[in-house]
Amino acid sequence: MEFKTILFYVFSTVTVVAALRVITARNPVHAALFLVLAFFNVAGLWMLLQAEFLALALIMVYVGAVMVLFLFVVMMLDINIERVRAGFWSNLPLGILVGGLLAAEMAAVLTGRYFGLANLPPHDLPANHSNTKELARVLYTDYAYPLEIASVILLVAIIVAVTLTLRRRKDTKTMQASAQIAVKAKDRMRLVKMASEVEESAPAAKQGEQA
Amino acid sequence: MISLSHYLILAAILFAISVVGIFLNRKNLIVLLMAIELMLLAVNMNFVAFSHYLNDLSGQLFVFFILVVAAAESGIGLAILVVLFRNLSSIDVEDLDSLKG
Repeated sequence: MEFKTILFYVFSTVTVVAALRVITARNPVHAALFLVLAFFNVAGLWMLLQAEFLALALIMVYVGAVMVLFLFVVMMLDINIERVRAGFWSNLPLGILVGGLLAAEMAAVLTGRYFGLANLPPHDLPANHSNTKELARVLYTDYAYPLEIASVILLVAIIVAVTLTLRRRKDTKTMQASAQIAVKAKDRMRLVKMASEVEESAPAAKQGEQA
Repeated sequence: MISLSHYLILAAILFAISVVGIFLNRKNLIVLLMAIELMLLAVNMNFVAFSHYLNDLSGQLFVFFILVVAAAESGIGLAILVVLFRNLSSIDVEDLDSLKG
């Protein structure tokens, strides 16, 4: 047995077990950590498929950012596990029926006798082939507009997440920049026309000293 | 030798597991979101496997865009979840019935 074959089976077994633990774990924190394990092993499988950039991006984006976000939310919410687990076992037979049927049907089609999938040779690229360079070459030419749309989607996601969770306290004192900028000089200072007034006492005292 | 159908069947198993997860965790919105992430991962695996065996880089670019959409989805989903928990003190899907659907 080739070493890559052994690696494939190790990675895929750990992935499937971790995925099963994700959906059955009692504690959502454990579920999130098992999901990290599943992502990590899938990244290993993608390395075997010579998609190095995507494998590393999966680790960085998912394990580094999305799963940390999940863990934050899980730990922030005070969840009653008993209540959340109610009805877990009663849904199990139906879930296993549907999931098993789904997997069996897909496996029946995908085993390769119909499409000749088993005969497709893997394209092993040379060792100095740069996956990142090739991806970038296609991404910034043929897929330039989709790339920009993707960046707009991420921007929208940032704005939505901030506006949804932003909470203003009512008792805080803050500056209102718009009101400050809208102020005009005549709102703050009033010029009044009046007759000039002469101070009486001080000049009289000065004359008295000279005399 | 590992053929394309090995990867496709692994992805199918992952997808089926996440469907079962959606059935099992009807009360827990966080685990539902995690099951959706697993589903997207299974689909991404199909894309990467086809990209490798057909020697076409477009599959990997699709994975790139799916990753972007999945990150946006989980960010917004978790934000909605936090707002929901503030208002209802619950993450049960069945408590979300104010639209009477």
